[in-house]
Amino acid sequence: MSSQSTAPSTGSRAGASVRRAGTKVVHVLLLPALLIGLYAYSSANSDSYYTPTPDLIAAAFVELWFSERFFADVLPSLARLAAGFAVSAVLGVGLGVLLGLSTRVRALFEPVLEFLRAIPPPVLVPLMILLAGIDDSMKVLVIVSGCVWPVLLNTVEGVRAVDPVLADTARCYGITGTTRLRVLVLRSASPQIMAGLRLALALAIILMVISEMFASSSGLGFAIVQFQRTFAIPEMWAGMVLLGLVGFVLSTLFELAEGRVLGWYRGLRAANRGE
Amino acid sequence: MSANSAGAGAYTGSPGATTNHQGERPTMLKVTGLQKIYNGGASAVEAVRDLTFDLGEGELVCLVGPSGCGKTTLLKCIAGLMPPTSGTVELAGQSVTAPPPGMAVVFQEYGRSLFAWMSVRANVELPLKEKRIPRGRRDELVDESLEAVGLTRFADAYPWQLSGGMQQRVAIARAIAYEPQVLLMDEPFAAVDAQTRADLEDLIRQIWQRMGVTVLFVTHDIDEAVYLGERVLVLSSSPTVVQDDITVDLPTERDQLTTRQDERFTELRARVYAQIQQAKNGTGADQDAASVAP
Amino acid sequence: MTETTAQGPPRGRPEASKGTGGRRPRGAARTGSSKPLLGAVGVMAFLGTWEAVPHTGLVSARYLPPASEVLASLARRATTPGFWTAVGDTLLGWALGLAIAFVAAVVLGFALGALPRVRAFTTSTVDFLRPIPSVALIPLAVLMYGTDIRSTLLLVVYACFWLIYIQVLYGVADVDPVAEQTARSYGLGRLARIRHVVWPTTLPYLMTGVRLAAAVALILSITAQLIIGSPGIGREIAVAQSSGAVSSVYALIVATGALGVLINIGVRALERRVLRWHTSVRGEATA
Repeated sequence: MSSQSTAPSTGSRAGASVRRAGTKVVHVLLLPALLIGLYAYSSANSDSYYTPTPDLIAAAFVELWFSERFFADVLPSLARLAAGFAVSAVLGVGLGVLLGLSTRVRALFEPVLEFLRAIPPPVLVPLMILLAGIDDSMKVLVIVSGCVWPVLLNTVEGVRAVDPVLADTARCYGITGTTRLRVLVLRSASPQIMAGLRLALALAIILMVISEMFASSSGLGFAIVQFQRTFAIPEMWAGMVLLGLVGFVLSTLFELAEGRVLGWYRGLRAANRGE
Repeated sequence: MSANSAGAGAYTGSPGATTNHQGERPTMLKVTGLQKIYNGGASAVEAVRDLTFDLGEGELVCLVGPSGCGKTTLLKCIAGLMPPTSGTVELAGQSVTAPPPGMAVVFQEYGRSLFAWMSVRANVELPLKEKRIPRGRRDELVDESLEAVGLTRFADAYPWQLSGGMQQRVAIARAIAYEPQVLLMDEPFAAVDAQTRADLEDLIRQIWQRMGVTVLFVTHDIDEAVYLGERVLVLSSSPTVVQDDITVDLPTERDQLTTRQDERFTELRARVYAQIQQAKNGTGADQDAASVAP
Repeated sequence: MTETTAQGPPRGRPEASKGTGGRRPRGAARTGSSKPLLGAVGVMAFLGTWEAVPHTGLVSARYLPPASEVLASLARRATTPGFWTAVGDTLLGWALGLAIAFVAAVVLGFALGALPRVRAFTTSTVDFLRPIPSVALIPLAVLMYGTDIRSTLLLVVYACFWLIYIQVLYGVADVDPVAEQTARSYGLGRLARIRHVVWPTTLPYLMTGVRLAAAVALILSITAQLIIGSPGIGREIAVAQSSGAVSSVYALIVATGALGVLINIGVRALERRVLRWHTSVRGEATA
């Protein structure tokens, strides 16, 4: 009370900020806590074999993934994912720039590309097994053959949309060749390129998992299917949770990267909207 | 630079003296018989027909004409961004076929001519990097030009964080840091508000006097043309020819308030206005004349 | 290919109209007439290369049968009823899954979009659940539903729901407050406001979500058939692959590609129809 009378404004401000932080915590945690609680309650009271209680899943999770299995199953999967995603990104952006810069080349390839990108990537898994066996190169190939299209097509769009006034400005100031590509074309196409990469990332995770589920002797997808087939249900759930976490973490990392690359773009858009 | 500003100073000594551009100074920019026909298949459009004029070194010339008269086409041909159908453009005796290193352009669309992903400083610096100017000199040039346009404080901001007028100042800073022989400006102030516009006009006069650069300033605003220019070229409607070449014999030191009230300013303004009206209305007659004359 | 950006960012389409895109002249008009011709040349060259490569022995015909053989195999299959049943099953999973996801996402999206206080409690959960790859649900689907179509639906609905839901939220958030207040001041009721203000604003976002979801639904519908073995083209491919019928695998892949192209064309046509009406109405309103 006395503190309130001496410094009412700071006191109430501190109080308000504490209250705001409290509300925030409640906003973030309430629903997840409720959902987990609900699941715990229903799984404890159900005799379904398929829904183990959260503590069983947690125990299986710790036991499984805090062991050498992490190195045997998870790391190889992530390595394939990274390799496939990186190759798709380089290939997609490279070819996209080529196609985007030339109207004729684009017209030549457009119908073929339209068809190739419409093929649902998972059907390439059996094909790649035929072509490349069931080793790592097959999985990377599967990821690349599915992920390259969104990157490629978005890059083409981005490159085509380079502002003509900006292109003229660059020409006037003698900005040509690779510098032009680096400071003008790729940068101004970066919002579309990032959008393509974001799609490719989601697709890459799916393709990694199903290529391992379909035919493999190691990897996260393989492990999950193994658990399911041997009815190791808590372990299966632990695998699903890990897969969910991988998806969440990768997408968060991507958003961070995107924030860095596209900070200017967000600001520009906000400025345009404000006007 | 100092030699040129001394040249500009000579005007102040004899206000009202008409200067014959062809006589006194060496020619910097020479446009001869320029014609541009857009080939849209069956329907070819003649945007520019037989334009001939030249700019002496260190001159500030305004090109004014009715809207849609091919000013932007002309400017793009001069800048080497677009090949003319026939005719030539020469910069300091060299034929222009691609954007020459001695030319800088300021476009009307300031928001679209700046690199949104670069800071103000990086925008100004980029062309200098491409010119392979060593680091120290580059920093000097960037600082000087930002200082000249009054944006030193905003060097690290992004262009889109600035107002429209300030963005156009960035484009101007970039142009002057490039140290061009000729500065081309394509209706640079058409998209800013009136107050900012007046400030920017004075800025251009100031930069021109200080740096002695040759300026070709395209505008559709008659007042602006007379206020800014040492000479005003009036263009006709499309297809475009030079309708009139008017020397602006106003004092070099100009002021938004007094100059615009000057009797001579009003006279010149009226003359340009009459020419433009004639250009607008007399298109048919003009064409007839053009087809008969040769 | 003009539509591909929208393939990209979920928010792409509505943003593009506000950003730097828009008014510049599209492509070079002079190549317009020769464009379909070049495209045809491209297709012929693609088929020709495909035909030639196995014949030259660059790649063994065992792994890459020539185009003629694959297309013949596809034609043979297309005469069997089993093929069309598989196509029908795939499309059923696709359509049903997409429809369920659409209804759920639109209802929840509009409800929570209108109740920002409630929505604040869901954000963390949505942000966590959204990036979870739907294939993580495969083992659960197998255990619960076996090779039943419900397995397919679980995967399709999970993946498509988030895509559409997020778009609806963006759309609702984009409603012009001035328009909303104007509608209020003219005494429009809640339902009328939703009908005349919120819905038209949200529509382009919603269509972006639907277009993305339509492609994703096909991918997951086929994935479920391929991995779980629920009936459909995906299962046919898995069967053909395990029996070593290489040209059948290629033929079925070509069939899924054709299906994908048809779906893309259909969704684009739908979007153009819906949004043409939309832009014309909006154009009048803002002009």
